[in-house]
Amino acid sequence: MADSGETDGLGPKDGIQQAKTDGKELTKDEKQRLRKEKKQQKKGKEKKDDKASNESEKEKKPVVSSAPPASSVPSTQPTTQKAPPAVPALVPGPASETSALADKPAKSKAELKAERRARQEAERASKQGKKGDVVGQQAPTSKPKAVPSELQPVVKRLPEHIQLDNPDVLKKLAKKYERQQIPLRSDYGYKVSLFSHLHQYSRKAPLTQQISIPSTVIHPAIVRLGLQYSQGIVAGSNARSVALLHAFKQVIRDYTTPPNEELSRDLVNKLKPYISFLNQCRPLSASMGNAIKHIKKEISNIPSQWKEEEAKRSLLSGIDSYINEKIILAAEAVAKSAIEKISDGDVILVYGCSSLVNHILCKAFEKNRKFRVIVVDSRPRLEGREALRRLVQRGISCTYVLISAVSYILPEVSKVFLGAHALLANGYVMSRVGTSQIALVAKAFNVPVLVCCETYKFCERVQTDSFVSNELDDPDDLIVTRKGKTQLEHWQQVRSLGLLNLVYDVTPPDFVDLVITDLGMIPCTSVPVVLRVKNVDQ
Amino acid sequence: MEFQAVLMAAGGGSRMTDLTYSTPKPMLPVGNKPLMWYPLNLLERVGFEEVIVITTKEVYKMMSSDPMKLDVKMKLDVVCIPEDGDMGTADALRHIQQKIKTDILVVSCDLITDVALHEVVDLFRAHNATLAMLMSKAHEFTETVPGQKGKKKTAEQRDFVGVDQSGKRLLFMANEADLEDGLSIRKSIMRKHPRMHINTGLVDAHLYCLKKAVVDFLVDNKSISSIRGELVPYLVRKQFSKTTNSPKTKEDSEDQNQKKNDGSTNHELVISSRDEPLLQQAQERSCWNDHRGDMSEAYHGGKLRCYVHIMDQGLCYRVNTLAAYIEANRLAPKLFEEQAVHPTAVISERCQMGSDSMIGALCQVADKTSIKRSTIGNSTTVKEKVKVTNSIIMHGVTIEEG
Repeated sequence: MADSGETDGLGPKDGIQQAKTDGKELTKDEKQRLRKEKKQQKKGKEKKDDKASNESEKEKKPVVSSAPPASSVPSTQPTTQKAPPAVPALVPGPASETSALADKPAKSKAELKAERRARQEAERASKQGKKGDVVGQQAPTSKPKAVPSELQPVVKRLPEHIQLDNPDVLKKLAKKYERQQIPLRSDYGYKVSLFSHLHQYSRKAPLTQQISIPSTVIHPAIVRLGLQYSQGIVAGSNARSVALLHAFKQVIRDYTTPPNEELSRDLVNKLKPYISFLNQCRPLSASMGNAIKHIKKEISNIPSQWKEEEAKRSLLSGIDSYINEKIILAAEAVAKSAIEKISDGDVILVYGCSSLVNHILCKAFEKNRKFRVIVVDSRPRLEGREALRRLVQRGISCTYVLISAVSYILPEVSKVFLGAHALLANGYVMSRVGTSQIALVAKAFNVPVLVCCETYKFCERVQTDSFVSNELDDPDDLIVTRKGKTQLEHWQQVRSLGLLNLVYDVTPPDFVDLVITDLGMIPCTSVPVVLRVKNVDQ
Repeated sequence: MEFQAVLMAAGGGSRMTDLTYSTPKPMLPVGNKPLMWYPLNLLERVGFEEVIVITTKEVYKMMSSDPMKLDVKMKLDVVCIPEDGDMGTADALRHIQQKIKTDILVVSCDLITDVALHEVVDLFRAHNATLAMLMSKAHEFTETVPGQKGKKKTAEQRDFVGVDQSGKRLLFMANEADLEDGLSIRKSIMRKHPRMHINTGLVDAHLYCLKKAVVDFLVDNKSISSIRGELVPYLVRKQFSKTTNSPKTKEDSEDQNQKKNDGSTNHELVISSRDEPLLQQAQERSCWNDHRGDMSEAYHGGKLRCYVHIMDQGLCYRVNTLAAYIEANRLAPKLFEEQAVHPTAVISERCQMGSDSMIGALCQVADKTSIKRSTIGNSTTVKEKVKVTNSIIMHGVTIEEG
């Protein structure tokens, strides 16, 4: 909305002439004007003041003319006492306005501000008066009424997990965890200032230190899952989702509805502390988030007259079918489409260990395509070794390099296959850190980049950089011992040193040539279309 | 429920008969608390609310006669077994099989430790292990035992514990007494874990996390009578046996014979949860492996896994010899920051007390006494001009003048 206001900045200048006759456009202009002015009041930048003041001066006459009729109507009301003082304030306004036109814009800034404030008071008063007005008189007053409500700045609520440098948010989070009886996991080590708004945990301080050993508050399957997440035993978007759904199946199996409660409402409430626990062990991935949304929806859609056994059975089979459709069959569909893109003699570059890409390559090999693979790996995770093992086990001939050698090896490559952690609504691909570098270098060498992703990983978030929302892994992972010496052993004592271990990064859609999904092969910019279609279906 | 705690308090104390001929081992006072109190306190601190205590009738009578001694807030479910001493720890587990509904945590009554129990349990949870146990690097006992000249090292009792490179996975466990010619390690183990660290100086804390399926397995295999002596080495060996690793066994006659000989492989294979295929799928898609360098998947595809947590710092004592008993008495008060002098003790002013000493409840200590590095039990009376050094005085003792 703000964008449209900016882009229409030139339009209203033409509309000003029509403003007197066309009341509707006037209010639109008014909206834009007043919105800009609010921004100016907040930022106080001179340039914008000049721009707005120029336009507002021209508009002042029509605006002022509309304001008095609006304020005169509520003057009959006893509640409006602000309006009378606003009217005399406006009267000197036009008088000074003419002089303002002749003066430099900077001089009349204070007067303009006063006028704007007066106008806003008038609007507010008219809005108040409008509440007591007869419906018939709403026509002239409804427009000013509509204006203030439109003017309320769009309050965007940021998710709490990326606001950790705000002490209020921390307090809120602590209170929430206390209510849910989940222990709070404390951050570890010095956080690099650009990323101080994110969590950073240490693997040596697991969350299980603070819960009782026969865990009663949290289901044992969830505790096990949380441990496996934080230690990295279950890693990778698909693996985490499948493991999560497996744990939820056990939770549902062991669940009994307490008396006087409904399964559809109580079970969702039971799941909330588990999800907070898992979130603290390791931040949830987009695929996990979508899976949780799906389960919650299924649970709340259970009709109340069903018996517990029936409801549980349907939930368990629902989870099974979700896994089957969205993960297993989707992988088959992606493999089918992707195999068309692999031709004989290809040299394919893959990065890290993506379960989907490995699946595609194994299937292509089974279909007797002749190709070889270059596996690119990066520290500290070195996941490429696992991908290498899986491919070589099948008999595919592979080369292994570290990411620092990618520009050396790229002239040999004919295609790049990348896996994704999530696909964002603006077409950006969120994946393991290093993916955007590979895509960038591939673009420079004119090598096609194909991203393989199932649709259940599509996420409605919008991100253009890797700073806003990311995951910080344990910084001690970066410490390496060579020849018995560990140089970074006491890194915490060096005040000016910070270790940063990022997990994800975002790749812009300019570097991605094609996204292979289970719905087919789509360009990166069609992701919002898919999301829209999915929402309509549901 | 995740775990049920089982406390084995029926031990004989065969290595300290001087003390145990009158008092059963679980009720021996250490730092003026019965020995049983320490593992119970450990369980209580960690968050257990119920414990199944397996003990003899004699101990049960002593427990109930003096309830103040065992001031634990947990619910104790006492199971009495006959005292003839034929029952091993595994037999005891078989005895209470009906009560066991989940995975169990078995603790011995003579364990005094301040370990962070979550380290052992986390290994059990994270790797879906069948067995997780606790061991500690042994410390030399500094106290001299009366009646023993010099320090005797019982070399024949050494335990050989083999762990993998990470120090967590248990690969090999044998007692020197069982090894006649030498240490032999199977080739299959070496192929899967080429680097093995073998430790000999470890103290086994006798703290085990066992899966419920193991208890069911014990019911069917009555030949196993001791957890530490037979069950644990059996499980460690079974990790690498071919039949557990390949569920799809060929119908060879050899395999059939092997199955008959073991008689238990079929039961071991039941150590798998429901939704096993789903867990398998999650593992397949996960980019994690516990080892690298060969072509096999995580855990080499084995379903049975044994883990050990080796403590190198902190207290861990098993009070089963006289030397250990004395050491424990010296250190136990520091473990729990108890007051050295119990508030109800009446101590006269001219008594010299060293900082290492502990005085129990309702004591009366008269003038001109000196108490150094000693523990004095409850309700004892120490008359004048007595020097007590390096001793442990039991409850209800009267020491006369001079």
